[in-house]
Formats: sequence, structure tokens, C-alpha cells
Amino acid sequence: MTVVALPKRGFIDSLPGGPAVTQGLAWARRYPLLPGFVLLFVLVIPAIFANQIAPHDHRIGDLDLVKRPPAWIGDKIVEQTVVQKQDRRVARQGEITLSSATRRMKRGTATFLEGGGDGTVDVGDKLRVVIRQGGTWTYPLGTDKQGRDILSRLIHGSRVSLTVSVLAIALGGGLGVILGLLAAYKGGITDTLIMRLVDIKLAFPSILLALVLVAAWKPGLLTVIIVISVLLWARYARVVRGEAISIMNRDFIDRAQVAGASDWRIMARHIFPNLMNTVVVLATLEVGHVIILESTLSFLGAGIPRPTPAWGVMVADGRELIVAAWWIFFFPCVAIVLTVLSMNLMGDWLRDKLDPKLRNI
Amino acid sequence: MVNGAAPLLELQGVKKYFPVTKGLIMMKTVGYVQAVDGISFTIKQGETLGLVGESGCGKTTTSKMILRLEVPTEGRVLLEGKDIQDFKGEELRDYRTIVQAVFQDPWSSLSPRMRVRDIIAEALVVNRQVSSEEVKNRVEEVMTQVGLHTDQAKNYPHEFSGGQRQRIAVASALVSYPKLIVLDEPVSALDVSIRAQVMNLLKDLQGEYNVGYLLIAHNLATVRYMAHQTAVMYLGQLVEYSDTEELYKNPLHPYTKALFSAALPSHPDMIREEIVLTGEVPSPINPPSGCRFHPRCPFAMDKCSEEAPVEKEVAPGHLVSCHLY
Repeated sequence: MTVVALPKRGFIDSLPGGPAVTQGLAWARRYPLLPGFVLLFVLVIPAIFANQIAPHDHRIGDLDLVKRPPAWIGDKIVEQTVVQKQDRRVARQGEITLSSATRRMKRGTATFLEGGGDGTVDVGDKLRVVIRQGGTWTYPLGTDKQGRDILSRLIHGSRVSLTVSVLAIALGGGLGVILGLLAAYKGGITDTLIMRLVDIKLAFPSILLALVLVAAWKPGLLTVIIVISVLLWARYARVVRGEAISIMNRDFIDRAQVAGASDWRIMARHIFPNLMNTVVVLATLEVGHVIILESTLSFLGAGIPRPTPAWGVMVADGRELIVAAWWIFFFPCVAIVLTVLSMNLMGDWLRDKLDPKLRNI
Repeated sequence: MVNGAAPLLELQGVKKYFPVTKGLIMMKTVGYVQAVDGISFTIKQGETLGLVGESGCGKTTTSKMILRLEVPTEGRVLLEGKDIQDFKGEELRDYRTIVQAVFQDPWSSLSPRMRVRDIIAEALVVNRQVSSEEVKNRVEEVMTQVGLHTDQAKNYPHEFSGGQRQRIAVASALVSYPKLIVLDEPVSALDVSIRAQVMNLLKDLQGEYNVGYLLIAHNLATVRYMAHQTAVMYLGQLVEYSDTEELYKNPLHPYTKALFSAALPSHPDMIREEIVLTGEVPSPINPPSGCRFHPRCPFAMDKCSEEAPVEKEVAPGHLVSCHLY
């Protein structure tokens, strides 16, 4: 018999940085609600207290301080040689045109290294140029191209994400639960109709459907919420129908019928409370999905109109400057990833706690 | 017949056929499961009818038709002389209070998300205009009657043991002063030690409420202990129907005899007639011709496969469907 050599318990510890990983895993096991708390900080608290927390106005920027990097990044300094004005050609690496050198000299972002004895900039002089100023702690995460504080915009953006996810899930989930219950309870033609509608919905590419719907109405928060709930209901309907059918096979539903309970009462008082676990778990897991959808729509320009700082809008705005000013693009992405990740972790945890049958959703 | 003299419950040639369909879209009906095929019996006020038979013989379908959970394909179910399928509005609400049920599995028959007091009160709250004070009093009354503590009313079903859960189920069946309770294997899911308690409880309550029971069981001892009359079912039909004591002392139909010989005797030295059935229960989709029992019957004659036997009264109140008599 061959024995497969498995890494021993201490294997991870033997790697560089391993003990920290082990420690982190132990923590995650010990505090399963930790992701939820991270989420609270990333999403809920800033969303509620946006006006109090945000250090700057999220709509009006300081045009003297555009594209400032995050606070911990210092000045970017290079040595450049002054060259004659280039025709239809950008200055090469290590070169600066005469006109921009003069301009920078006036602003004080360039100093002489060689030459410049006469106080004016000449071709062939070597300059020390601050091509990008460092960040300041006034704007901890930097500013965008209109000089607006990215942190403040992120904080206000969490409000959009929270509103959209809560309302869209309530609306779409509510619709899905009602339709799923009806399909399960009525059966027959009602069931067939609703489930074929679900199939049709699921056969559509969701982004395409969303774009069409947004194009049909005027863009705005309400439109985004309605569009996302239209995208969400089908999954609820399908899961709820399956659960409801299995619940209806249990004797207490027969018992309720024998007691004379109406269809409505059976659905609301006997089936629905037993579906709650499933619905709660599904809702938590869907939050991440909704935030990504909302960001995608905003990114594509079909979501929340500017200047409302939705995270997706911020990503879209930062995209064109991804090389020159990566922070404009990066921090909204981090916010989305953190929120979605912690929501999924919390959803997993809730699911395991409430309903282990749902492992495969 | 005057209404007052009508028996509590009467089944007249009740049949239930379930269509068997084939194909995904066209759903062509290719046959019928003859779950219940023409059975008749009566239950008198305050008496118990035991319905015995092996799994799949149509006992539960019969009970579902009595509870209006299934509509008979043919025949009528009469409650105090009136067809239960005709009930509407106020009459239907009355029917829903008069006829109640206790199901086999107390783990599945109580909603896990409802408090015990809500479970028990359901039939009352749904059908009658009663104040919450009256409901509370009545719930506490029935809880005491079935041997539960009234301070357990706010608990959820998972906080109770199997026997207690079945008591809750009995209490919820009793709350609306029923005249008939369908007991679908009420004790078979319980520990043997608790069975007797629940059976005694049911018997006591019958005396108190003068309620009729339809007791569905496969345990012959349970039926003998509780039922005034016993009906034996085989493949959707009644094969024998008699007073319980008469039936147990003098079983006539070969199937009844086989059932009794399969049950453990009360004393191991007891000498008994041994009838061991071979083969499986035939499919109710395509039941045997003539007497449905003939392929497995040790006494089968040529006639049995050709002609369905008619019910014969061999002794007062003792009906048998068999060509032997």
C-alpha cells in the first residue's frame, strides 16, 4: 500500500509568513461573525452617517489639487534634459520641452541641476522635475481628476450600494417569494406559467436585459432598483418553489387544510415561516451579486447618473486614468471587493447556521 | 331516512382512481391507479371503526377522501346524511370543525415554526368567531385533557417528545368539539411504552366527547384494543367487515386469516393456523381479474379468477367478500 505523504499539521507554519496564516485561520474559525463586522464598517456605518463621517464635500473638488495620490505616496521626481519643442512628437523619457520646462519653473516644480546660470531655461539644461506631487493627509485616499476627495466619495457611494441592495432584494426577493409560493401551492397551469417565465428570464443575458430596461426608462436610482429586482426575482421563485413543494408534502399542511385554513392562511402562516431560513440566506448571498450588478450598470453608464458617487461610476471614471492615477480606479474596486466578499462570507455562515441543506446554492 | 337517524359517517361505493400519465407535453393518460375501488362502510356516533390492511391498499386515500383532501372519483361520503362534497360556506366551516384528523408522524404533522397554542387553536380560530380569551381558555382546557401542562402553550413543537407531540396533535383535533376524528396510524410512530398511554387517552376522550374514530392501522393489537368494528382492506376493496371481537375470534376471509397469522401471538405456545402469503401485492394499476386476492390465495378456485365475489353477510353484521362462503 502506498502512503501518500500529506503535509503535516505544521506544514503551513514552516512556510515564510506561515504562522500568521495559521493565526488568521484560527481567528476566522473562532470569530465567524468577523466578516459581518468588516461589512458593517465598510458599508452600513458609512452609509448611515455619510454626512458626518465624510471629511470633504463629495461633489465639489479642489481644482488646485487634482489627481493627488493617496497620502502615503510621496512626490515623484525625475531628472529631465530640456529639449527643443518637438513637432508632433511627445518628449522622450528623460526629456522635457522648453515650453513646459519654463512653465514648471514658474510654478516652482522644477529646479536646475546643470546650467541655468542665467536664470532662464535653455536647451541642454538638466532639470530636477517634480512630475507628480505627493499626497496629503487632507485627502487620505487621494483626489480624482476634478479634485474631489476619493474617501468622501467612497463613503457616500456606500449609501448608493446599500440603498440599492436592500431595496432591490426586498422588491425582487418579495416578488420571487410570492411567485414561487404561488407556483408551488397552486400547481398545474399556474406553476407551468410561472416556471416557464423563470426559464425565459434566466435565458436572457442579465446585463443585456438590464441595459434594455434602463434604456426604456430614464436612468436613476429608482430605475436601477427596479431593473435589478427584475433580474433577481427568478432565482428566488425557483428556490422558493422547490422548498415550498417539499414543505407541502409534510403532514402539517394536510392538518391545516383539515382544520379549514384558507389557501392564503396556509401559504402565509404554515409554508412561509418555514421558508424564512432559505429566504434570509439567499438574500444575504445576493447582496454581493446586487452590488456587483449595480456597479456594472453604473460602470456602463446605465446606472446611477453622475455626480452621485456610485462605486461603479467611480470605477468607470478612473478607468481612463488607470496608468496615471491608479488610485481613482483602485479604491472603489477595493470597496466593492471587500463588501461582496464579507457579504458572501456572512451569507455562507448564516446558511450553515440556519439551513445546511442549501450548501449547493 | 330522517337526518337524526343517519349514521355519523357513511361511505357509499367510494372510488378513487389516479390517472397515470405518460409523456412530458401531451400528458396522455395510459391508465389509472385504482387506489380505492368501491368501498362502503358506516361509523356511528361515538364508535370506532378500525381500518386494517397492508401498505398501499388505499387506507390513507380513503381517509383523505373523508377529510376532503381528495375528491372521490365515484361514490359519496356522507356526514350525517349529507354529501361532504356539497358543503359550501357556513356548512363547510361546520364540517371543518366536526371532522378532524391526527396523523401518523408527530414530527411532520406539527409546523415547526408555530407555537403550540397556535397549532392547537387553528381549527377554532379559522372557523369560528371567538375572542382570544375564549380561544385561550379552550386551548388550556384541551391541553389539560390530553395531559399537557398549560404553561407549555408558548413552546415550539421541537421542545416536546414524540408522545407529547402526539398529545398536541390530539389536542388540536379536539379543540373544535369534533364528532369524527380520523386517526391515521396515530401510535405507530411512537415508542411501545408510550403507545398504550396515547391509546388510553384516545379511548378516554372518546367517552368524554362521544366522538367517532376512524382508526387506520396496520397493528392488529391496536385495532382490537380500540375499535368497535373492523374493516379489512385489500388492494382498494373491503374484504371483510365485522364487529371487532367477532372478527378476531372468527376471521373468515383468507386474507384476514393471513394477516392474523402474520401477527405475533400473545403467547408463544399458542397453536395457530399458519397462512404464509407468497408474492407481492399486485399493482393497483392493473388489478387481477375476479377476486383481487386470488393470485396469492391458498384456497383459490377456478371461479375466483373469473368472477368478483359479492359481499355476503355470514353472521349478523359480519360481511365477507369471498367465494368460499
